[in-house]
Amino acid sequence: MGSGQELLECYIKMIKIRAFEEKVALEYPSGKMRTPTHLGIGQEAIAVGVLSQREPTDVVFSHHRCHNHFLASGGSPYSLFCELLGRVDGCSGGRGGSVHLVDRSVNFLGSSPILTQAVAFAAGAAFAFKLRKQQRAALVFFGDAAFEEGTMWETFNFSVLHKLPVLFVCENNLYSTESSLEKRAPINTSFTEKSRAFGIFASTCDGNDVEEVSKHSRAAFEHLKSGRGPYLLECLTYRTREHVGPSFDYDLKRSYRSKDEILKWTIKCPIIKTGDILKRVYGFTESELSSINKQESKAIDDIFNLAENSSFPSLGTHFDHLYGTAIKGQ
Amino acid sequence: MPEITYAQAISEATCLIMGKDPSVVLMGIGVDYSSGVFGTTTEAYKKFGSERVIDTPAMENALTGIAIGSATVGVRPILVHARNDFMFLALDQILNVSAKWNYMFNGNAGTLPIIIRAIIGRGWGQGATHSQSIQSVLAHFPGLRVVMPSNPTDAKGMLLSAWQSSDPIVILEHRSLFDIKGEVESGMALTNLELSKVVCEGSDLTIVATSVCVHESVLIAQALKPLGVSIEVVDLRSIQPIDRSTILESVKKTGRLLIYDTSWVNFGVGAEIAAIVAESDLMNLKSPVVRVGQLGVPAPVSKPLEDQHYPTYESVMAIVQKMMARKITETKSIPSITNDFQGPY
Repeated sequence: MGSGQELLECYIKMIKIRAFEEKVALEYPSGKMRTPTHLGIGQEAIAVGVLSQREPTDVVFSHHRCHNHFLASGGSPYSLFCELLGRVDGCSGGRGGSVHLVDRSVNFLGSSPILTQAVAFAAGAAFAFKLRKQQRAALVFFGDAAFEEGTMWETFNFSVLHKLPVLFVCENNLYSTESSLEKRAPINTSFTEKSRAFGIFASTCDGNDVEEVSKHSRAAFEHLKSGRGPYLLECLTYRTREHVGPSFDYDLKRSYRSKDEILKWTIKCPIIKTGDILKRVYGFTESELSSINKQESKAIDDIFNLAENSSFPSLGTHFDHLYGTAIKGQ
Repeated sequence: MPEITYAQAISEATCLIMGKDPSVVLMGIGVDYSSGVFGTTTEAYKKFGSERVIDTPAMENALTGIAIGSATVGVRPILVHARNDFMFLALDQILNVSAKWNYMFNGNAGTLPIIIRAIIGRGWGQGATHSQSIQSVLAHFPGLRVVMPSNPTDAKGMLLSAWQSSDPIVILEHRSLFDIKGEVESGMALTNLELSKVVCEGSDLTIVATSVCVHESVLIAQALKPLGVSIEVVDLRSIQPIDRSTILESVKKTGRLLIYDTSWVNFGVGAEIAAIVAESDLMNLKSPVVRVGQLGVPAPVSKPLEDQHYPTYESVMAIVQKMMARKITETKSIPSITNDFQGPY
């Protein structure tokens, strides 16, 4: 990555996202954010790496653990805080909550929490681009449990059949709520191999290594733009917090994974890893990096304060946007 | 005005829309067959070809999601299900996504103007999984439009209006209606998507009917008129949103209400309409409300059982007479328009 400038940019983006999510975790117990929230702490390298390679005209869809993707797409942290706080300035006017995010100005076209809904949306947007012969691609982030849904395979088949420019990004974090992969798929299951069996070009990468994610994503976008059909990128990663909520599983005495396992993955944190490379390879100093950290934490605190002081939606708006205008006629 | 069939009316509307709007695509199983979903897509395929009239694999839920995704970037998809029963597989995308999209994102994710055509079957042993009528299930979810055209004019007009609308809509067509003829205005003759229509005025009893049931209701009204019984028939047309005022106005006038729907009565369209009347300020109906529909069992195949499964002209006529406390002898038997269907599907 040349002078390290690109890597530094990725580092800063990951720091911003981490600072956001840590702030959510900190404020969540006070009950101000009344929306079930799936934190993406530990998985930032995937959102940042993949989206560092997209053109601004490429469109993004996401699933329930979507804050990382929204922010890495350029969505505003203020509108996301407002959304979590149920405020009118929220990206969905406070109506959607944590799992229903959108910002069309940055081509983040929507997140949807029921598994694989958004996988089909991305194929649909790609279908539209193909129909209009536009050089654009669609991408979608989803978890490993998406491979348990039938809609996944229906979408794969259609996407290959019509050679759609769609990038499927699997964030394989080994758990679906509290069910481990071993309980959900036969031993030695490879989602990459399964996808290849459908005729999809696919590769696996270390999802905690932003350079590697970027490298695979670059190849994936080249593949899409050359008209050769869909691409699946399986990113191996781990979420360090509980499935939904701000806590650590071990603090809540949950037994589905051990504290040792979580701590082992915490050391493999994508931000620590990138920081090490910036220092070791590109000569950044510890104090330079920690000042970035402090600066971003401060900025996030300020944005949160602003959001907390913003307005709730006015009463009487309940029926807005339910239906468009009725069509006249006999 | 030219006289055309219900199927031709749908075809005409489809070709009009696709000719005017290059962003419209037509997708579903069999849309490019020479038989073209009972002749409704044949012309469109001839005119617009395989790029815009796309035969799809059996993938109802993903296809609906794909339609939604394409609509987020400006495509106007029309999906077709030759039987609405297959669309059950797509309810996640229809109910969990399309019905909520505009509302849930507060309008910031854009509208989702997807059109879903789905056909209801009846008779000739189509049986339990090919003759259901899903309107009340769909109508339960706010945000979706659900309409049931009963004649060629509305079959065309509703499709045209659906294209002009910014909302997701399910148009439930009835297989038994495809060959019926009517005079249909050429060009962009729109049907209102929210208003019911009084198709036959009367003062003694209101029949609110859906889809194919409108035809039998009108025949009953015509047969009873010379005998001094005046029936008002309301073609409900839109299931969601539902036109409360037309229903209430009619029942206020007649004091009697019968609801005749293509589906089962329990938790159905009739229950909703009866509730609308019960919750209104209308007091002292002259007769209890009656709901008529399929027997509360899955449709059996065997002919004698199937014949009993659906209401008939005679059985509805008997109910009307009971409600009127009149016994009119010699009800003439007439063939139902649902009887001429002989498959294959």
